[in-house]
Amino acid sequence: MSGLAVFLGAALGFAAVRFKVQEDPIVEQIDAILPQTQCGQCGFPGCKPYATAIANGDAEINQCPPGGEDGIHKLAELLGVEFKPLNAEHGEPKPKSVAVIDETTCIGCTLCIQACPVDAILGAAKQMHTIIAQECTGCELCIAPCPVDCISMVPIAEDVATWKWKYPVVKLKVA
Amino acid sequence: MTRQLYEFNGGVHPEEHKHASTSRPIGIAPLPRILIVSLRQHIGQPAKPIVAVGEQVLKGQMIGQAEGYVSVAVHAPTSGTVTAIAGHAAAHPSGLTDLCITIAPDGADRWIEHSALDYRNMDPSHLRNQLRDLGIAGLGGAVFPSFIKLNPGATQKVPTLVLNGGECEPWITCDDMLMRERAAEILAGAAVMRYMLHSDEVLVGIEDNKPEAIAAMQAAASQCDFPVEVVTVPTLYPGGGAKQLIKTLTGKEVPSGGRSTDVGVATFNVGTAYALHRAVNHGEPLISRIVTVTGNVHRPQNFEVLIGTPLAELVRLTGATRDDTSGYVMGGPMMGFDLISTDVPMVKATNCILVKSLALFPPPPPAMPCIRCTRCAQACPADLQPQELYWFARAKNFGKTQEYHLFDCIECGCCSYVCPSHIPLVQYYRYAKSEIWAKEKDKKAADLARERHEFRQLRIEREQQERAAKLALKASAKLAEASPESPDDAANAAKKAAIQAALERAKEKKEGVTPRNIENLPPEKLQEIAEIEARRAKIRAMAKDAVEK
Amino acid sequence: MLSSPYIAEQSSVSIIMLKVLAALVPGIAVYVWLFGPAILVTLTLASVTALVLETIAVRLRGWPAKPFLMDGSALVTAWLLALSLPPIAPWWLIVVGTFFAIVVAKHLYGGLGNNLFNPAMVGYAVLIISFPVQMTQWSAPLSLAGAHLSLLDSAQYIFTGILPDGLKLDAISSATPLDTLRTQLQLEHTVREITRLPIFGNLGGTGGEAVVLMFLLGGLYLWLARIITWHIPAAFIAGLWITGGLFHISDPDRYISPWFHLATGGVMLGAFFIATDPVTGATTPRGKLIFGAGIGILTYLIRTLGGYPDGVAFAVLLMNIMVPLIDAYTQPKVYGHKQKEPAE
Repeated sequence: MSGLAVFLGAALGFAAVRFKVQEDPIVEQIDAILPQTQCGQCGFPGCKPYATAIANGDAEINQCPPGGEDGIHKLAELLGVEFKPLNAEHGEPKPKSVAVIDETTCIGCTLCIQACPVDAILGAAKQMHTIIAQECTGCELCIAPCPVDCISMVPIAEDVATWKWKYPVVKLKVA
Repeated sequence: MTRQLYEFNGGVHPEEHKHASTSRPIGIAPLPRILIVSLRQHIGQPAKPIVAVGEQVLKGQMIGQAEGYVSVAVHAPTSGTVTAIAGHAAAHPSGLTDLCITIAPDGADRWIEHSALDYRNMDPSHLRNQLRDLGIAGLGGAVFPSFIKLNPGATQKVPTLVLNGGECEPWITCDDMLMRERAAEILAGAAVMRYMLHSDEVLVGIEDNKPEAIAAMQAAASQCDFPVEVVTVPTLYPGGGAKQLIKTLTGKEVPSGGRSTDVGVATFNVGTAYALHRAVNHGEPLISRIVTVTGNVHRPQNFEVLIGTPLAELVRLTGATRDDTSGYVMGGPMMGFDLISTDVPMVKATNCILVKSLALFPPPPPAMPCIRCTRCAQACPADLQPQELYWFARAKNFGKTQEYHLFDCIECGCCSYVCPSHIPLVQYYRYAKSEIWAKEKDKKAADLARERHEFRQLRIEREQQERAAKLALKASAKLAEASPESPDDAANAAKKAAIQAALERAKEKKEGVTPRNIENLPPEKLQEIAEIEARRAKIRAMAKDAVEK
Repeated sequence: MLSSPYIAEQSSVSIIMLKVLAALVPGIAVYVWLFGPAILVTLTLASVTALVLETIAVRLRGWPAKPFLMDGSALVTAWLLALSLPPIAPWWLIVVGTFFAIVVAKHLYGGLGNNLFNPAMVGYAVLIISFPVQMTQWSAPLSLAGAHLSLLDSAQYIFTGILPDGLKLDAISSATPLDTLRTQLQLEHTVREITRLPIFGNLGGTGGEAVVLMFLLGGLYLWLARIITWHIPAAFIAGLWITGGLFHISDPDRYISPWFHLATGGVMLGAFFIATDPVTGATTPRGKLIFGAGIGILTYLIRTLGGYPDGVAFAVLLMNIMVPLIDAYTQPKVYGHKQKEPAE
């Protein structure tokens, strides 16, 4: 009996060493669901910190407006918790937008460049800045620092390449 | 012919309605009043405009050049003046606008200088680039750039070349008429394909409802200096689908997500072969194609149409618009899509303009619940279980749709065609597909953002460390200098003073800087600028406060 | 917005259901001819009840009633249930059975297309468990009966339980061949002795075997009309025949010939009309074979080893439970997935 106990203990100990999980995968999994806007609307300085906070139980799953209801559903499913509607304190979901710099107004102060979490703004001191539209996440973090209010958010218009087939509207009608 | 044929599963027999448009020969459409050339006529990246508004262009002149690998050029269909490069209603199910080059024809129809390609003495990759620059893309519907398909790849050889003359969709007859009237030219194009792909055999698959085309192709094949087998295949929609035709002719299945060349087969529409012949043997870019205009029109007919011809001008060739016309479809009744505007220009993919009336194409009765009768599964040529896909697509359970091989669906419409509950099944699949694509795009964007964000964090950290290290170095240096009177001290002090002075200057300059472009502005603008300046000063003060606190 | 295809085959749920009803008519005609017109009363009552309940259920769910009444599915359920019941069953039995079929088994599970269990068989199962006595009073074949009831007499009996003067229930009813077989076997008689009884016909039961044959013909029509595929009926019949055959070979005195099983009770009705209900059946070709064979085997086992008059209903319901699992594991190979992955 004791021999068995020793053996099992050894086996468990071995397994613990052999199959050690390197990093808390749950943070990665949560981070994979978050939209990576890095906007900080959740109250954390980025998506990864928010993911860590959720994993540690320090944050609710409903604090991410860009992720929307869809994202909350996915988080709820991943974590096995109840769905909660988006917490309005953290903002409302908005249509996907990109920041656009009005280049005639820009004074080249670089403040927006420092604010951009994904380095999607090109420019140097006293030179006009411009936004790399493909890399802009629409986080709006560049708007507040701009001293001349030359940045505006422009919703991404649907074009032939991004157009989506609509969900069929099927009504049961009296024939 | 003794060739063994194979069967694909499923398929349907819709009413053909092909005789309507085969009683007249191919007509040459007159020069339209205006031509609108879309830059997105092929799969892949749209072409990049290389002309300017107001520029004179010649017939066949490249006006949009291929951008990226999967792309081909577009050309001026006639000589004239570029009047606009702007968004225009596109031949697309969305009905959205897309970038087009509008040309006002000068009526002279003057060709740019062009000549046949000496393809046998050309470097293969140079030849392929030429074909890209001549705008050759598949005319069967997918409009995939042909130069990519004409690359034999690592094996240096594609043993079987299939010309697709199946044309299984009801109403459409453009390939049928092309084969009847221009069989020799089609095979001249096939000769080039055969040369480029080093093919051993050339098969022409034609459905048995086109005896005239079969006869014409057989006659042309007997004149050929290489063996061509014209194979009659049973009429069964969608037997003209590339995957289905390959299965019928060779028994092979194109692997899911793969290309037909993976099983040693290259398939081209007969129209593509014709276009290739014009390009290689005459040096002409792809600026026209055969389009069937049929349905609710007085004189259904096939026309050789300049690409860019507006829909309304084309339909007018078949007589006055009938009163009960309820819409226009590009393509056939099984896979086509509604055109929302009559300004939509013909593109390389336009094989047919089907004019609808409620009598010919009555709206479907209201949908009933799915009763899982599996008629759709029996009709599906891809061996899918459409009823399951429908179930998951309707529930927006996209993961499951992919598990049930949604992306093997070719959207042929057989399932919707047979559904006794009249459920728009294909529309559910199109919806699910585009949602999945959009999600994948979002995911890619998110991954990129994450990567860039993490890189930025790393960079900031590194900069901080460097700064800290520098400061530490400076501090220790200062400590070392503090006790003895060093000879460097004076120099140091001078340097510091210089830096200080520079800083002062910079500050002065910064504060004193006045943009030069505000002279000659109206007072309201100046007022606005003053307001902005005031706001800026306030923000600066606030920022300063924050720092000091 | 409309999207292609813009054309469609002339077909609808109503047409399918009407063809199913049409395929039942010859069987019903022979039924009336050989067993009297009572079944017509049962059919009518079940149909009216089903349509009324369907209307109420659809209305309660806020749907338009007309397309759902026109689809004919409620009628098919009603007919299949009625054909499974003794033709001289009391009216309330029919109404209760139809209620469970239409309201509980169909609409409480989401209505047309969403029910897990075959509605008619749920109705039957509820009745056989709750009212076993009434469910075993079958009409005797006219050739064996002491008297026979007119349409009016039948209706009177079904609605009031009153027989015409001087007529006893025994004169018009009898046990079914399957019931007779079971009871006689319990009395230690051999199969050979039992099948000499008059209720046994050439292959199945007297009269009954003719009705069964007509259902088989109706079923073949459905197959030719491409309303059903051959998979489920063929597998059902094969499953029953092979299982029955194995038992029969092992002990012919105790286990009757498998042909008898095919020719009695609800087998043909079940194989071609009930098990082929698309909503509750398996959908993949291989799945249909498994589903059908399962019903065949279970039918035999329930008939032979169980205590109920027939096994088709329970076999169908048991296999209905298995359908999602069967479908999930029998997905056919999709085009382009058939070839083996090329060797690395």
